[in-house]
Amino acid sequence: MRKLLYKMPESLSGKEFTYCPGCHHGIVHRLVAEVIDELGIREKTLVVAPIGCSVFAYQFFNMDGTIAAHGRAPAVATGMKRARPDLYVFTYQGDGDLAAIGTAEIMHAANRGEKITTIFINNAIYGMTGGQMAPTTLLGMKTTTTPYGRDAQKDGYPMHMCEFLKEAKGVAYLARTKVTTPQDVEKTKKAIKKAFLAQIKGIGFGMVEVLSTCPTNWGMDPISAMKWLEEKMVPEYPLGIFVDKVGDEK
Amino acid sequence: MEKVMVKGTEAIGEAAIRAGCRHFFGYPITPQSELPEYMSKRLPEVGGVFLQTESEVATVNMLYGAACTGTRVMTSTSSPGFSLMMEGVSYMACAQLPAVFVNVVRGGPGLGDIQPAQGDYWQATKGGGHGDYKLIVLAPSTVQEAVDLTVLAFDLADKYRTPTLILADGLLGQMMEPVTFPEFRDLSTLPDHSSWAMTGAKDREPHIITSFDIDPYILEKMNLELVEKYKEIEKNEVRWEEFMTEDAEIVITAFGTVARIAKSVVEMARKDGIKVGLFRPITVWPYPYEPLKKLTEKVDLFFDVEMNMGQMLEDVKLAIGDKKPVAFYSRMGGVVPTPTEIYEALKKEIGRRV
Repeated sequence: MRKLLYKMPESLSGKEFTYCPGCHHGIVHRLVAEVIDELGIREKTLVVAPIGCSVFAYQFFNMDGTIAAHGRAPAVATGMKRARPDLYVFTYQGDGDLAAIGTAEIMHAANRGEKITTIFINNAIYGMTGGQMAPTTLLGMKTTTTPYGRDAQKDGYPMHMCEFLKEAKGVAYLARTKVTTPQDVEKTKKAIKKAFLAQIKGIGFGMVEVLSTCPTNWGMDPISAMKWLEEKMVPEYPLGIFVDKVGDEK
Repeated sequence: MEKVMVKGTEAIGEAAIRAGCRHFFGYPITPQSELPEYMSKRLPEVGGVFLQTESEVATVNMLYGAACTGTRVMTSTSSPGFSLMMEGVSYMACAQLPAVFVNVVRGGPGLGDIQPAQGDYWQATKGGGHGDYKLIVLAPSTVQEAVDLTVLAFDLADKYRTPTLILADGLLGQMMEPVTFPEFRDLSTLPDHSSWAMTGAKDREPHIITSFDIDPYILEKMNLELVEKYKEIEKNEVRWEEFMTEDAEIVITAFGTVARIAKSVVEMARKDGIKVGLFRPITVWPYPYEPLKKLTEKVDLFFDVEMNMGQMLEDVKLAIGDKKPVAFYSRMGGVVPTPTEIYEALKKEIGRRV
């Protein structure tokens, strides 16, 4: 007898991803889909895609979806959730979307304790527009708009969204993870599940920041990119659980 | 129905609730803050949701989200606030999302002032945001009409799946008048949006709502769909009022608050034996070009009066062409013209042409 051990999650549409080789969006999409499957909420979940590389996320998830204006996904999700509190809403946003243009919306959605879930992909660069400086770009890091490297005096410092958001009383779950090893993938999946449970249980706002690679715009092969993430990004953006009001899973 | 004395902004809020709106997102700005205040008190009484937002940018995107679920939703703001909403309004027009906006227009440009003005006509009727789109724009001139048009705005927004705008001004918003409210809409009779709304993909294919396609040929199809819709709206929804135009030799064109003042001018002129009438667009988009053009057959002079630099004037001229002369009088910056000053300006214009 053959036994099925691994299959495409029902929450993925099966449409081929448009992401570059070595990009972590694909892994995180799959984790989100697996979590939604396991929670059995696909038919009641709405996805809000951002502007950025994951603008097409609404095509990859097998559920009702839309694209928010750049940075405004938490506001769009708020409108949905307030109109239909019986449904589950998540936003999927990159660092330009969430930590630059959409800073006000994420701060206020979190602080209101909006019962939505946010998946935040931090790859320290603008991918879709071709490798410009992101708010999360590391000091000294070269991008197409910091050709001499990010200079704190001129460009300011890398933005630490989890560290800002952890002070917001409305936050029910907040974690920063990575997906460079199988163990990290498992940890990220657990975190994503908790961020959804924060919503399902009606406790408050949940977010997982996933440190991710962008080999194309970092100018690296996928393996070097993973290494660079471990060596450079993790020290700047420490992993961990910043807020957990969800408690242990039953 | 019993008449009640009520302020313009609050009348619009109550009318929205009676039209079946249970969701309001808004940010304070003078001179319309009484509307969100009213909704914050009133909506919880009817099981609705009021949310004070962090900005007008957030507001419009919350409307986008609520509208995606097929829910009747509304906001109100004043000029600078509406400018901030323009990106989201453009998204909603393209994504074909119904919602009602109220712009209680104040003096501009820039920070301007908080007095009544009509300087947002172009923004309302000619675009405002980016790309090819139109809003249905309703311009009430009395508090009762603001009530009636608010109800209509929700019905039109739903019928055509398009954002609809009530273009009011600070005078109408702050004025108290006796009005009759409609009955409460039975919520079970609201239009069925289940064929497109985001309600959870249970036993059906996912519903996707976007203002986006990377393929220009598909986006062009979306554009053409909007064009067809706008043609349909132009065909069906043009509304206007004519006052004493039957025998008029001179017709004043005006909308909103100014049209109401112009009615007094018509009466003053008639007392002096001058045959003046008034043409008042109620929908400023779609604009009543044809009915206005028809008047050129018997009218000698058109006199456009506005509280801006001559914005609707362009539409008046489009309707009239070179068939008849069009004169113009305006006040700006939040200054409301008196009937006497408009009448004096009109008489001067007549004198010039004798």
